[in-house]
Amino acid sequence: MSGTAVSLTPGQRAFRRFKTDRRGWWSLWIFTVLVVLSLFAEVLSNNRPIAAHYDGKTYFPLFQNVPETALGGDFATETDYLDPFIRSQLAKPGNWAIYPLNPYRFDTINYFSPSPNPAPPSRVNVLGTDDRGRDVLARLIYGFRVSVLFGLALTAIGVVIGVITGAVQGFFGGRIDLFFQRFIEIWGSMPELYLLLIFASLFEPGVLILLVILSLFGWMGLSDYVRAEFLRNRNLEYVTAARALGLSNSQIIWRHVLPNSLTPVIAFLPFRMSGAILALTSLDFLGLGVPPSTPSLGELLAQGKANLDAWWITLSTFAVLVGTLMLLIFIGEALRSALDTRKG
Amino acid sequence: MPPAPLIEVDQLCVDFIGASGTVRAVDSVSFAIARGEKFALVGESGSGKTVTALAMLRLLTDARVSGQVRFAGRDLATLSEPELRGIRGRQIAMIFQEPMSALNPLYSVGEQIGETLTLHEGMSRAQARARSIELLDLTGITEPQRRIDSYPHELSGGQRQRAMIAMALACSPELLIADEPTTALDVTIQRQIIELLDDLQRQIGMSVLLISHDLPLVRRFAQRVGVMRQGHLVEIAPTAQLFDAPQDAYTRRLIDSHPRRTIGAIEPDAPQLLSGRGVGCRFWIKSGWFSRKPFDAVKDVDVTLSQGETLGIVGESGSGKTTLGMTLLRLAAGDPIGEIRFMGERIDTSSQSELRRLRSRMQVVFQDPYNALSPRMTIEQIVGEGLALHQPGLGSAERRDAVVAMLQEVGLDASALSRYPNEFSGGQRQRIAIARAAILRPALMLLDEPTSALDVSVQQQVLELLAELQRKYAMSYLFITHDLAVIRAMSHRMIVMKEGRVVESGLTESLFESPTADYTRQLLASFRL
Repeated sequence: MSGTAVSLTPGQRAFRRFKTDRRGWWSLWIFTVLVVLSLFAEVLSNNRPIAAHYDGKTYFPLFQNVPETALGGDFATETDYLDPFIRSQLAKPGNWAIYPLNPYRFDTINYFSPSPNPAPPSRVNVLGTDDRGRDVLARLIYGFRVSVLFGLALTAIGVVIGVITGAVQGFFGGRIDLFFQRFIEIWGSMPELYLLLIFASLFEPGVLILLVILSLFGWMGLSDYVRAEFLRNRNLEYVTAARALGLSNSQIIWRHVLPNSLTPVIAFLPFRMSGAILALTSLDFLGLGVPPSTPSLGELLAQGKANLDAWWITLSTFAVLVGTLMLLIFIGEALRSALDTRKG
Repeated sequence: MPPAPLIEVDQLCVDFIGASGTVRAVDSVSFAIARGEKFALVGESGSGKTVTALAMLRLLTDARVSGQVRFAGRDLATLSEPELRGIRGRQIAMIFQEPMSALNPLYSVGEQIGETLTLHEGMSRAQARARSIELLDLTGITEPQRRIDSYPHELSGGQRQRAMIAMALACSPELLIADEPTTALDVTIQRQIIELLDDLQRQIGMSVLLISHDLPLVRRFAQRVGVMRQGHLVEIAPTAQLFDAPQDAYTRRLIDSHPRRTIGAIEPDAPQLLSGRGVGCRFWIKSGWFSRKPFDAVKDVDVTLSQGETLGIVGESGSGKTTLGMTLLRLAAGDPIGEIRFMGERIDTSSQSELRRLRSRMQVVFQDPYNALSPRMTIEQIVGEGLALHQPGLGSAERRDAVVAMLQEVGLDASALSRYPNEFSGGQRQRIAIARAAILRPALMLLDEPTSALDVSVQQQVLELLAELQRKYAMSYLFITHDLAVIRAMSHRMIVMKEGRVVESGLTESLFESPTADYTRQLLASFRL
């Protein structure tokens, strides 16, 4: 027994162990910063200026549509800020504009590009353009965001369903467990890819439908782990003690068994997320994923495959993908060793 | 001049190097064992007995060992690993506490005994087999010809330990180290095993180093005893001298720490709290694909318990005593049979939700204080949980006061509130478990081997605490144990169980004085060992 006054919860101890793993700790920081930055993609990478001042009036084109006429153009249509004319108007003395770091949105086509598409990296497009003239860096930033958010959502849904089904099977056991296990066997043997193909032709492909279909199959692995943990924990004496206190089943599950069964869930989170990102990427690569208008890493890879000489597309996408997955795996490894209670 | 000792341990120190610094597990231990001598090391858990033995054989891989161990004149520290292997198993053999994990489940007993023989003695397989049968016969296993092909899981605990002994004796060692050889066994089997070791020692003339925490056993077996405490050898003396005139204060306390009777008398007009008529517990066992057949783990038990009384339930492992206790509280996994009344109400037919109302009146304390407390809850949450459930009107400050008062009653202070179970020792955890049960002021407490996992000196403190709580709150106890000394100290009446049935029941004292059933006599005989 330690004589110190401060008592750490098992969670705090695990967090302390996690922090000692420098690689995982830094990976978590880098990943968090990247995700937070990508959430502000509209500010970082957009064809519209954040703010513009023209003829004594200040506009916020990021949040409002500014007709070209307001900036000295001829048409009442939405301004194309890449137009050299508009640029020169805004550069006149007395006028100014704050442009985002990367002056392209994921779907911005630069009609005034000096080189044919796909254009190699240059001062105009830092990472070049794809075969439709869209900026690769902008597509990577937005695509990263879509992938990470998709991964988070898929993981969250999978965890909720997996924990609930696993908990029910493991805690009640017997017939419920038997039935659920057979159901999982049947459900798990359904050809996921064919279903996706069929659904892709039935419905308009979109992020939501992908999320639903992948969620339908994504909970099973986790459910098995939670079930095993519950089967082990429900036989420990503190559960019988809780029952002797008169707690109801749901109270026992929620307060006693669940907190002690979540270790594999937490340890698997980063790996599940990298799996989800990879799944989305490969579906997009096959053209079964999100619609072409949505920026995605898989679609970029497919473009890279179609334009092998445009090395900048493949290489930069590959780097982003590998970087993301590696960060997640480093975090996962650190988490797994932090949750290993055999270590101090 | 006395003959040169067989093994001489001189200033043995063992240090474990952990993340939080070095821990000295064994500190300057010196002793010697003569040829043909029976020497015992006793001490409580964590005193360094087993580590000493392992360090003698250089079986500790992750510790720093210093000091000298001379076996038959050779310093074991200077020997190479192959030379050591020649000594291990051949000249010094070891048997372990838990025979199930010490035997390899994938090989038959015969193969495992034969392995030592073919390895060290260079016997052929046929010779090794013949010798293995002889050895098994020597250890008193019935039908050794058949048992030699059995796998460990097919043998009972006692048979496994016999097989382990046969394995250890295979090469006629000069020294046998027996590390708690009887701890995992039932009392009647314990006695047989220790008699067997005694017999074999006489026949073969080997030296024996017995490691145990069981003082009566050591007293019966050993010629000389060393007492260990926190890595030190505090006293070493011939057995009779040590037990009759212990020099060291710790030894005196250890010898003195057998359970003493501290319970009060029952009120003559105490109302009946719990009664059971023809109580049983039925499990359904799969037979074939769809059919199930009944199996009664407990059958036809009649019990009564008055307010403030303790009913002891004794029996060996698998006798159904825990199942009976759990059935009486309707916590067993199987179906209850017969009529159970608690505070005048029939509870054998109540549903679990109806029972929840009564739960605060009947509580449980378990054997293993390590599994009985949820590792992710603070002591305040653990002890206060029942209050929060059954007295929802209580504010959190009042609840905290009640928890602190209860903790003080079981001998812990308020600093325990925000701590987690892993920060407490076994005895303290058991106190917490008792506090969790007692804070609801139950009328009935089921105590399922509450002291078995504790050291003897701690055991007495916990028993005294239980007796005090009983006097104070007139609680009734159902006290389940295999330890007859504890039952004698704690219970007013007792029942003896065997194979799910009651063999004998009656007042504790009269049962100890004049048992009528054969099985009870057998139990008591091994108790008086």
